Amino acid sequence: MSVFDPVKTKMTRRLFASLALVAAAGFSAGPAFAAEDTWSDLKEDIYGDRPILDGKDWVQLEAPYRAHDAAVVPIDIAALRPQEKDRFIKSITLVIDENPAPVAAVFHLGKSIGLASLSTRVRVNAYSHVRAIAEANDGQLYMVSRFVKASGGCSAPATKDPDEALASMGKMKLRQFAMTPKPEASSAPAPAKAEMSELREAQIMIRHPNHSGLQMDQLTRYFVPAHYVSDIEVRQGDELLLSVEGAISLSEDPSIRFHYLPNGSSELKVVIEDTEEQVFTKSWAIQASQSGS
Amino acid sequence: MRLPLIAILLLLQTSLVRAEVVPAEVTEVAPGAFVRHGVHALIDKDNAGGIANIGFIIGKESIAVIDSGGSFLDGARLRAAIKLRSDLPIRYVINSHVHPDHIFGNAAFLQDNPSFIGHRNLPRAMQARGAHYLEANKLLLDAEAFEGTEIILPSQLVEGQSIIDLGERRLILDAHKTAHTDADLTVLDETTSTLWTGDLLFQKHLPVVDGRLKGWLEVMKKLEALPATRVVAGHGPVSLPWPEALAPQRAYLTKLAADLRRLITEGKTMRNASDEAGQSEKDKWLLFEEFNTRNATAGFAELEWE
Ligand SMILES: [Zn+2]
Repeated sequence: MSVFDPVKTKMTRRLFASLALVAAAGFSAGPAFAAEDTWSDLKEDIYGDRPILDGKDWVQLEAPYRAHDAAVVPIDIAALRPQEKDRFIKSITLVIDENPAPVAAVFHLGKSIGLASLSTRVRVNAYSHVRAIAEANDGQLYMVSRFVKASGGCSAPATKDPDEALASMGKMKLRQFAMTPKPEASSAPAPAKAEMSELREAQIMIRHPNHSGLQMDQLTRYFVPAHYVSDIEVRQGDELLLSVEGAISLSEDPSIRFHYLPNGSSELKVVIEDTEEQVFTKSWAIQASQSGS
Repeated sequence: MRLPLIAILLLLQTSLVRAEVVPAEVTEVAPGAFVRHGVHALIDKDNAGGIANIGFIIGKESIAVIDSGGSFLDGARLRAAIKLRSDLPIRYVINSHVHPDHIFGNAAFLQDNPSFIGHRNLPRAMQARGAHYLEANKLLLDAEAFEGTEIILPSQLVEGQSIIDLGERRLILDAHKTAHTDADLTVLDETTSTLWTGDLLFQKHLPVVDGRLKGWLEVMKKLEALPATRVVAGHGPVSLPWPEALAPQRAYLTKLAADLRRLITEGKTMRNASDEAGQSEKDKWLLFEEFNTRNATAGFAELEWE
């Protein structure tokens, strides 16, 4: 069984595109107050009639009560149980109901992810429900959500420094974090069945404007074309650890913080592709004794 | 001529609004330089968007407006204050940056057919943010204040430096690198050595980072060297001594950056760090709760790349 389903991936890609298109046609920054029925329509578009259960035993979603900066809203998804051999989360979809393209990202989790906890940053255009929908290995969907109030009147979900973002586009940084001290884990070899005590945490950061394409050129009256990171692949050695389908609701300079269990490989490798088919690749040595950054 | 009913209603409404315009209260901070003090608040239905310091400078031949206010009504009130004092033409409307409390009054000056002047990056910033600002602030403002508000793109751009002359009164316009925003423009009134910083300077009202924290600290060094003796801040008292007025803002931004660097090194997530950074400065500023988390969030995303 493969964790990644190419058919499903293609479908989601089309969904991103069509949802973004609808929003562009209306040229709306979104309603100010979250409509109650937004989700029921979205749910149907994304999942059809698949049942979605309460996800409170699986994941916890942390988001600020207000989108202080509409362009960069930190989202933490905390898994409440480790990934087990016969009971694990295979993907997490992040949805922002009232955004022009509500599906912000789909995270496909590989076997060695260890813990399905993720952090990222999104744009939040208006008062909106933010949802994390986890799909378990048996296909069952579990959802948690938070309500996020919109930012004040002088914040916008736009890139802060587009010149800088373009100039350094594709630059990547990997941060490797020290976990809570667990002395027995630090010098242990990485056996096939890794223990949770060996869990590592890392963050991949990508310089990219992640341009929404929803802004109109006032002179030409044409929409500036969208230009965003559409695929992120993180490998540990050759093994796929994490694959992300991104969209315009991810913030500029996309960032994803994740966990993994060492599989004995010496490096982490990241491949990024954007909507202009630019590919960026970089590898880093896995730090034996981890420091802050 | 037959006008559709809706057009007649709109005309009536517009003329009613215009008839009721009360001139803004302004302070003459230097000879011929007038400032309307912005209240320290968020844009709401009571303040008509009048939260930023905005004003005008009268030369021998013409007048320049420096920031037009937070709504059509706010701009119209400033215009009425000008008309009380001078019949000279309003030849320039200078926008210090893209934020709605500084540009939403632009349309009130269309009838004067001025040059709208902005930073080289201002058109792009207006395109990226204008529609969102209109939609968000339409809900915050009273309908009567918002009516007529539109995004007016600059007709004259500043890259590096430009000089305009109001008649024996030169204004030096400097376009800065990304700091408060990516389109910050300052105005130095040579005649009175008065510097108009737009939102490159806040006092009392917590500074708001919507560009680059490090860039802002660098731009402040450049501003400090300008030959001015007083300053009109974007938010704060209408007139302050220069460059002493920079001190509180520099202390806050420096502390925020130091806190963020420490939290980043400790491996904190953005969400945790943004709750903690800068908190020791809390009692020194107004609107701290409204903007500190935002500043910390933006600063974290920037400094994490160091
Ligand atoms: Zn501002």
